[in-house]
Amino acid sequence: MHELSIALSIVDMVEEESERLGGSTIAAVHLKLGALSGVVKEALLSSYDLACEHTILAGSVLVIEDVPIVVHCPRCDARRPVRSTQCFCCAECGAPSADVLEGRELLVTALEIRS
Amino acid sequence: MSAEPRLVEVRRNVLKQNDLAARALRERFHAAGLFVTSVVSSPGSGKTALFERTLTRLRARHRVAALVGDLATDNDAARLARSQAPVRQITTGTLCHLEAAMVERALEGWDLDTLDFLFIENVGNLVCPSSYDLGEDLRLVLISVTEGEDKPLKYPTIFNTADVAVVTKIDLAEAVEFDAAALARNIHAVRPGMPIFQVSSKTGAGIDEYLAFLKGHRSPSDGPRQSPEKSKWTPA
Repeated sequence: MHELSIALSIVDMVEEESERLGGSTIAAVHLKLGALSGVVKEALLSSYDLACEHTILAGSVLVIEDVPIVVHCPRCDARRPVRSTQCFCCAECGAPSADVLEGRELLVTALEIRS
Repeated sequence: MSAEPRLVEVRRNVLKQNDLAARALRERFHAAGLFVTSVVSSPGSGKTALFERTLTRLRARHRVAALVGDLATDNDAARLARSQAPVRQITTGTLCHLEAAMVERALEGWDLDTLDFLFIENVGNLVCPSSYDLGEDLRLVLISVTEGEDKPLKYPTIFNTADVAVVTKIDLAEAVEFDAAALARNIHAVRPGMPIFQVSSKTGAGIDEYLAFLKGHRSPSDGPRQSPEKSKWTPA
């Protein structure tokens, strides 16, 4: 359970960005969350509210966009989704691949700021 | 009533601070010619026993040191100190994983130029350590024969972020009807091509092959090190 420390990192970063952008309160934080990030969405959402208390993020919403795993398929020589997190093989042709291109994201992509 | 919020695009990695600290560590390790291996597993998979074997065996010819992470106690450091190698305990308190900054602090006062191998034992946990880069060259995931062959399917993220799997307590394989082929199949389902070793820290079985692998990844000169992904080497 490390989602609280992840949530606190988000709060720190957003406070810093907000100061730079001249905002006073934050309405929402948009986050890309990869299926391989090692972070559990539900746990992050509940930790987020706790981490935001008494900060400029209090009452804000964490908008999470799930990022599925994409690998480079050696047989198709193309970007392909995997069959599942339990089967790292090309969803189209079935070739195994450990060459992960997407799915490790833990990325704040946008803020909704009130000045 | 305040105005409608404006949407501002930012692109910031949440773990940027850890990633920067890990990158700085990796640069220091490479500059010092130090090969760093981190180890993750469930509690009780035999990390410390494998470290005892590893440190004792490597010490004959190499300069080795270890950092061991736990929530509390310095029992593991005390146990490993018997190998005569320099060992430091990182006590994380309530934190369930190591972060790069903790490794950096734990290394204070050590002259990395005088070391060939550093081993970092993460907190026993198959979930949280997967998110944190520690600047290591190689990440080993340990799984003991008593844990169930489907563990890689239950914890795909940690297996996927590891470079090598080491199956421990192989001396108990028969007693627990361990199915090596099923485990290998499951490991390769979540991490195609990952090298797998089978060892017993108790009897020493398989330790030679595992150590040869580690030594093979540490370049003998100061030249660039072989990364596991690019290695042509595959275990028998």
